[in-house]
Amino acid sequence: MAKRTIEPLLWLLFSAGGVASAMLIPALALLFGVAFPLGWLSPPSHEHLLAVVLHPLTRLVLFFLFMLSMFHSAHRFRFTLYDGLQIKHLNEVVNLLCYGGAVVGSVLGAYLLWQIG
Amino acid sequence: MYTNYHPRWHRKPMSTYWWLERRSYLAFILREVSSVFIAWLVVFLMLLVRAVGRGDASYQQFLDWSARPLLVVLNIVSLSFVVFHAITWFNLAPKAMVVYVRQRPVPGHLIAASNYLAWAVASGLVAWLVLGG
Amino acid sequence: MNDRITMQVARYLPEGDAELSYQEYEVPYPREWVVLDGLNYIKDRLDGSLSYRWSCRMGICGSCGMTVNGEPKLTCATFLADYAPGPVRIEPLQNFPVIRDLVVDTGDFMRKLTSVKPWLIREEEKPLSEGEHLQTPAELDQYKQYSMCINCMLCCAACPVYGLDSEFVGPAAIALAQRYNLDGRDQGSKLRLDVLSDHEGIWGCTFVGECSKVCPENVDPAGAIQRYKLTAAMDSLKSFLMPWRGS
Ligand code: SF4
Ligand code: FES
Repeated sequence: MAKRTIEPLLWLLFSAGGVASAMLIPALALLFGVAFPLGWLSPPSHEHLLAVVLHPLTRLVLFFLFMLSMFHSAHRFRFTLYDGLQIKHLNEVVNLLCYGGAVVGSVLGAYLLWQIG
Repeated sequence: MYTNYHPRWHRKPMSTYWWLERRSYLAFILREVSSVFIAWLVVFLMLLVRAVGRGDASYQQFLDWSARPLLVVLNIVSLSFVVFHAITWFNLAPKAMVVYVRQRPVPGHLIAASNYLAWAVASGLVAWLVLGG
Repeated sequence: MNDRITMQVARYLPEGDAELSYQEYEVPYPREWVVLDGLNYIKDRLDGSLSYRWSCRMGICGSCGMTVNGEPKLTCATFLADYAPGPVRIEPLQNFPVIRDLVVDTGDFMRKLTSVKPWLIREEEKPLSEGEHLQTPAELDQYKQYSMCINCMLCCAACPVYGLDSEFVGPAAIALAQRYNLDGRDQGSKLRLDVLSDHEGIWGCTFVGECSKVCPENVDPAGAIQRYKLTAAMDSLKSFLMPWRGS
């Protein structure tokens, strides 16, 4: 048996996050980042949005979206640093920063979604 | 290992700016840089969730904050990068997935098309949920 | 046609030069001439000291790969007239050490090819008396594309990761591994997985996708790598979740 590496699992998270972020983030970013601020559309009432967010399914989807997207981003950024800047020798620091960030972000996301309920 | 008779090879080290040398390399690095903007948008959406959780006042505050010109510019740039990410992602999807239906491989463009369809449906669903359909 | 085109050819003499230099030659370029014809013209008429590799001049042997105006190309399949009015710049393939002029060392490439065990591996040979292993056309189609590789190294020359990371096995070797993994007669995919999935084998690939663009045989190594990553990842997920099933 080959020595176990974590690389395949990181790649799976990267891929899942690639799909999740491609499917859901553009619409969300268009609405909240551009359309509402520029007044193209009027933002939904707080009451409505709260009801949507409080639904357990929304929270579950949002949690996975946040977590996977962050791992996706971390993985891709790590390789961008390796290849683009040729700093592979800083391997450990880069890994810690990228995946560590993703882990912290996911925990924060989970906490946020859990405490509003 | 070096011996007297070992040929003296010439090696050209790769420049740090290799990704500027070809257009396709530049497109590649831009695609990779989208990761930074995705990370930002996740943070932005988490802030939104937090604001909604804290009540009407902080939600209004969030809306005012997100209307600042600088933030709108940042979000427009981020949006273009995520869309670029999404397009390249869906276009490459058929490369990784080879699906067989009745022992025949499904042509790549059909797989890509089904990805785009799913994207449209997902976006519609998000809009419908947010705008209160 | 009496028109001539300028070829700027990279020269490197291991005995003296520390750097590549460029030498210019004027060659004719009738419609049917490929870049390799231009080089042969130089060697025959203008400068016999120029070194480069070629053999079949018909896209079979894979030995004539060079960098033409910055792009990795088979010089026997690239027409001079397409670069008119010139000049055309001919350099050795990128990402490989240059031995002399346009000749590069293939050692690293060859070592990596053999590292993936590119032959049919059987757990148990069936006796000759049982006859041959039959394959249906559909089974052949599974791997046929990957068997078209002519080892021209263009994909590796186009791949920045191959240039940056000396551990990376490279597009051609992974496509070759898939050629055997997807062959119904082969039973060696586990052994190859150990080689490929272990270190930087495949995970260093960031899907730049250039390898598939430059491949003269439409092998699509980038696709092979992606498919292989999915297989390898699923495999290790399984052995991660169900360690008792691992071998
Ligand atoms: S995969 Fe294509 S480009 Fe690479 S060595 Fe084989 S034939 Fe050449
Ligand atoms: S000379 Fe054989 S492939 Fe070009």
